[in-house]
Amino acid sequence: MNSFADQLLVLVMLINLVMLGTSRLNFSIRAVAVQGVILGILPGLIHPFSGHLAGITIGIILAKGVVIPYLISDAVHKAHIKREVEPYIGYVPTLLLGAVFTAISFAFAEKLPLAPEHKDLLFVPASIATLLTGFLLLTTRRKAISQVIGYLVMENGIFIFGMLLTEAMPVMVEAGALLDLLVGIFVMGIVINHISREFSSIDTSRLRTLKEE
Amino acid sequence: MTDIIIHCAVALLFPPLLLGVIGKTKAAFAGRVGAPYFQPYYDLIKLFRKGSVFSETTTWVFRAGPVVTLSATLIAVLLIPLGRHAAPLSFSGDLILFAYLFGLSRFFTTLAALDTGSSFEGMGAAREATFSCLAEPTLFFALITLARMSKSLTLSTILTHPTLATWLAAGSSMLLLSGALFIILLAENCRIPFDDPNTHLELTMIHEVMVLDHSGPALGIILYGAALKLFVLGAIFVNVALPVATGDPLTDWAIFIVAMLALAMAIGIVESVMARLRLVRIPQLLIGATILSAFAMLLVLR
Amino acid sequence: MWGSRGGAFVFFPADPTTCLLVAATIIAFSGVPGLLLNRPALGQLIAALCIVAASILGELGVIALLSGSPASTCRIDWPLPFGPALLSVDLLSTLFLLPLFLVAGCASIYSVAYWPAREKAGAGKLTLFLGLFAAAMVVVVMARHGVLFLMAWEVMALSAYFLLTTEQQSSEVQRSGTVYLIATHTGTMALFVMFSLLRGTSGTFVFPLSHSISQAAPAASIIIVTALIGFGGKAGLMPLHFWLPGAHANAPSHVSAMMSGLMLKMGIYGILRTLSFFDVLPDWLGWLILLIGTWSAIIGIALAAAQRDLKRLLAYSSIENVGIIFIGIGLGLVGQRTNNPYLVICGFFGAFIHIINHGMFKSLLFLGSGVLIHGTGTREIDRMGGLARRMPVTSPLFLVGSIAICGLPPLNGFVGELFLYVGAITDGIVDPLPLAALIAPVLALVGGLAVISFVKLYGIIFLGTPRSEAASHSHDATAAMTGPMILLTVGCLVTGLAPVLLVRLVTPVVIFFTGLAFPDIVRVTSQVPLVPLTIVNIMLIFLALVIGVAYLLRLRTSPRSLGATWRCGYLEPTSRMQYTGTSFSEMAVGLLGTIVSPSIRRPGLATPIPTAQARFDYTVTETVLDRILTPTLQWVGLAFSHLRKVQNGQLHIYILYIFATLFILMVWPL
Repeated sequence: MNSFADQLLVLVMLINLVMLGTSRLNFSIRAVAVQGVILGILPGLIHPFSGHLAGITIGIILAKGVVIPYLISDAVHKAHIKREVEPYIGYVPTLLLGAVFTAISFAFAEKLPLAPEHKDLLFVPASIATLLTGFLLLTTRRKAISQVIGYLVMENGIFIFGMLLTEAMPVMVEAGALLDLLVGIFVMGIVINHISREFSSIDTSRLRTLKEE
Repeated sequence: MTDIIIHCAVALLFPPLLLGVIGKTKAAFAGRVGAPYFQPYYDLIKLFRKGSVFSETTTWVFRAGPVVTLSATLIAVLLIPLGRHAAPLSFSGDLILFAYLFGLSRFFTTLAALDTGSSFEGMGAAREATFSCLAEPTLFFALITLARMSKSLTLSTILTHPTLATWLAAGSSMLLLSGALFIILLAENCRIPFDDPNTHLELTMIHEVMVLDHSGPALGIILYGAALKLFVLGAIFVNVALPVATGDPLTDWAIFIVAMLALAMAIGIVESVMARLRLVRIPQLLIGATILSAFAMLLVLR
Repeated sequence: MWGSRGGAFVFFPADPTTCLLVAATIIAFSGVPGLLLNRPALGQLIAALCIVAASILGELGVIALLSGSPASTCRIDWPLPFGPALLSVDLLSTLFLLPLFLVAGCASIYSVAYWPAREKAGAGKLTLFLGLFAAAMVVVVMARHGVLFLMAWEVMALSAYFLLTTEQQSSEVQRSGTVYLIATHTGTMALFVMFSLLRGTSGTFVFPLSHSISQAAPAASIIIVTALIGFGGKAGLMPLHFWLPGAHANAPSHVSAMMSGLMLKMGIYGILRTLSFFDVLPDWLGWLILLIGTWSAIIGIALAAAQRDLKRLLAYSSIENVGIIFIGIGLGLVGQRTNNPYLVICGFFGAFIHIINHGMFKSLLFLGSGVLIHGTGTREIDRMGGLARRMPVTSPLFLVGSIAICGLPPLNGFVGELFLYVGAITDGIVDPLPLAALIAPVLALVGGLAVISFVKLYGIIFLGTPRSEAASHSHDATAAMTGPMILLTVGCLVTGLAPVLLVRLVTPVVIFFTGLAFPDIVRVTSQVPLVPLTIVNIMLIFLALVIGVAYLLRLRTSPRSLGATWRCGYLEPTSRMQYTGTSFSEMAVGLLGTIVSPSIRRPGLATPIPTAQARFDYTVTETVLDRILTPTLQWVGLAFSHLRKVQNGQLHIYILYIFATLFILMVWPL
C-alpha cells in the first residue's frame, strides 16, 4: 500500500508544480482541491482502518476538497478575475525555482534524523516541497486570491508532515489548523471584496497607496 | 538476422502509415470519412514523380538540407531497438550519438529554410532551433534516468530494459518519464499543441513553414523524413511505456506494430481534442517537460 | 601509435627541446628581416616562410616527444638573481604545442594575403609582433622557471596588445586595447602573487616537480586561487572574460584566430601546470572549476546567440568552448577526489581533445571571418547575406567549421563532447548522488544554443540574398587565404571521421597528467564508441551521398523550373525583408532575457502607424564590463578625484608630507 501512497505523493508534488506554472486562477483552485482530496485519501492508506480515521478522511475531503475551494472560487467569481497578471517573478522562473526547491527538499529529507521506517517514504520530502511551494506562491504572486491558495498549499504541506508523526492524528490539532485556515479565508474574502470595491482591483501591491507619506 | 531484416523493413516501410492513422483518427473526430490509411504513401509516390521549382535565391545548401536530414534520421532508426529486439547498430554510448544525429538534421533543415531568403521560413527556422534547444535537456534527463535503471550506456539495453517489474517498482518515475517523452514526441514532430501540421498559415507554424519552398522529390524526402522521425521517437515512447515482452520474436513484433498504431491514434486524439498553444506558452510546456523528466530522475535516485 | 614502436622516432633523432627552441627562435626573429629590408612585401613573405619552416620543425619536435623520445632540459645561466632559467618540454606541453605550430603556420601564410604590406600600413609591425607572439607562447609552454615564465607571459601579452591595436585610428580598437591591457595586467598581478608564494613554498623559482607540493602547505589554497584568477582571466573564464570579446573582435582576423585558438589555451595550460604541482587537490576545487566551466559555457553561448557582430559572436563562443574544456577538467578533478576513474579519464580526455579541436575549428572560423570582412568591409552579420554564391570556396569551409563547433557528428567537435557525455552519464548510472550527471543536460542545452548561434551565423551570412551593396559585390579570397583554411578543414574532417587519432594523441598526455595506468585508461575508453563512431560517420556520409546522387539523378530526369521564393502572396519582396540575424535569435534571447538583457530602444507606438521618423536600436551589452566594471571604476575615479586636493603645487607643503611620512614611519613600530 505504501508504494501507492508514494505515487499519490508524487502526484501532490506535480500539482505543486502545476500551480506554480499556471496563470489561471480557476485552474489553480481546482488543482488545490484535487490536492486536498488526495491528502484526504492518504491517511486511509497508511493507517489501519477505524471509525476515527473514516471521520478524518471524510472531514478533510469535505473541507479541503469541497468547501474551501468553493469559497475561493466564489470570491473569484465575485471579484471578476480570471487570471493572475504580472506576478513579481515570472511563471517559468518560479516553475524552475519550484523544481529546485523540490530537489532541495529531497536532499534535506535525506539529512533529517528520521525513524528508519519513515526513511524510504516520500512523505517528508513531499511535505517540505509542498511547504516551499506554498511559500513561493505566497511571496511571488500579487493577487490576494493567489496568496490564499499559497496559504492553503502551505497548510497541505504541514498536513502531510503531520500524517507521518502520529498513528491517529489528534483531531483537535487538525481541526484547529483547519479552523484557522477557514477563518483566514473568511477574513481574506471580506478584505478582498473590500479592496476590490475600493480600488476596482485586488492587486495587493496597490495597498501600498494606503501608506501615509 | 531475420530480426535485422524485419527491423529495416518495418522502419523503412511502416512510418508513413502512422501519418495515415493520425489523419484517419482526426477525420473520425471531425465526423468525416477522411483520406485512406495509405494516403501518405500515395502522396510520397506522387511527390517523387513531380518536377521541382527552385527559387533563384537558393544554393546547394537548399538541396542538401533534406538529403542530410533524411540520412541522419535513417541512421538514428538503426540505433533504436524496435519491438524488444536489439537494434542492428548498437554500441556503448550510442544514446549520445542518437541525440546528436537529430541535432545534425535540425542544423541542415534550418539552414535550408534560411537559404530561401524568405522571412516566413526564417521565422520557422528560428522557432525550430529555439524550441528544440529546450527539448534536448529533457531527452537527456530521460535517457540518464533510463540508463541508471538499466545500468547501461547502450540504447538497445536501455530501452528494452523496462518491464512490468520496473513499472511496479518505480511506477511514478516511469509514468513521469512516459509523460515527458510523449511531450517531446509531440514537440519534436511539431504536432498539436506545439504546431499544427495541417495549417499553411505562416504565423502558426514551425516545421511546415520551414519547408514551404521545397517541392517535388525534395518535399517527398522531407515528408518521409518527418514520418521516420515520428516513428523513431514514437518507438522510444512505446519501448518505455509498454513494458511487455513475450519472448516470442514474432509476437513481440506484432505487439510493437499494434502499439505504434495505437500511439498514432493517441496522437490523433490529442490533436482532435486540444487546441494549439499560444507561441509564448510553448517554452513553458517544454520546461515543464524538462522538470518532469528531472523529477523522474530524482525519484530513481532514492 | 608511435609509442608502441618503442624508443626514439626513427627519422628524427634530434632532441625535442633543442628542436622546439630553434623553432621558437626562428619564429621570434621572423619579422626582423622585414624591418631591415626596404621592401616590406618581401619581408612579409620571408617571415611567413620562416614561420612555416619553423612550424614544421616544431611539429616534428612534438611528434618526437609524443613518440617517447626523452627531452633534455636547457639551462640558461643569466645574470639575474633568480637562479638559472630552465626550459624543457613534457607531454603536457605537447598538447598545447601541437595546435600552436599548426595555427601559427596557417596564420602566417594567411596574413600575407589578408594584410598585404603593399596596400595596408603597419604590416611590418604586425609581422614582427606576430612572430614574437607565437614564439612567446612556445616559451611559456616550455619555461620551467617562474621568472622566465612571467617574462615570456608578458612578452606574449604585450605583443598581443600591439597586434590587437594594429588599426589604432579607430576609437573602438583603442578602447578594447586599453581594456585588454588592464585586464591582462590585473591577471599578471595575481600571477606575481602566485609565483612568489610558490617560491615561498618550494624555496626556488624553478618549477617544482609534479605532485611534489603537499596540499597541507599553508599557501596551497592561495596559490590555486590566484592561479585560477590570473590564468582563468587569460583563458576567458566568466566573469573575468570582459576583455575578450572586444579584443577578439577588433584584432586583425588571423590575430583573432591565434588569440582565440592559442592564447586562451595558455591560460588553461597555466592552470593545468599549477595543479600538477600538488599531490592532492582540495575537494572544493573540482566542483568550483565545474561550476565556473558550466557558467562560462551557458552564459558564453547565450551571449553569442545574441550578437550582431560576426567576430564578437565567435569570441563569445570561445568563452563557451573554454567553459566546456573547464567542465572536462572539473569532471576529472571531481573524479580524482571521489576515486571514480571513469570521471577522471572521460573528463580529461574530453578537455584535452577539445583543446586541440577548438584550436582547429575556431581558427578556421576566425580566418573565414577575415575573408568575409575582406570581401564585404563590415563585421555586421545583418548586413551580409547571399555570400555562398560569391564565395564558393570559403562557404563550404565555413560550414564545416560551424558544424564542428556545434559539436555535431561527423566532425571533430563531437568527439570531445562525447567523452564528457559518457563520463557524465556513467556517473548518472553508478554514483549514489550523481551531481556530475547534470552536466549532460547542461551540455545538451549548450549544444542547442550553439546550433542557434551558428545556424544564424552561417545562414544569415552565406544564404539568402545580399542585404547590402557591399555584400552583393563581395569576392572570394585568394589561395593564400583559403589554403590555410582548407588545411584546418581537412584537420577537422580527418579527426572527426577517425576520432581514434585524437585519442591516441591525447592518451600519453592523460597518462602523464593523471598518473593512471594504461590498462585503466583502455578499460574506460573502450566504453566510448570510437570505432563505431567512425563506422557510423562513414555510413552517414555514404548514405547522404547515395540519397544525394539519387535525388540529383531524379532532378535531372524530371521537369524543373526556377522562380522567386514563395513569399506567401507578397508581391514586392526586397532583401531587407529577410529574416536578419537579430530576428533569428530574438526568441531565444527573449527566453534568456535575464542572462543576456540586450538594451532595445524602440519607437513608442501611440498610434497604429508611427507618425514621425522612428528608430529601432538593439545593442547587446557586456554585463560585466558595461554594467559592473565601468560604473564602479567611474565611481572610484570620482572618489579619488577628491584626493587631488593633496596636489597643490606648493613646495613647502610637499616637504611637510615627507616629514609627516617620516614621522609616521618612526612612530609606527611603537
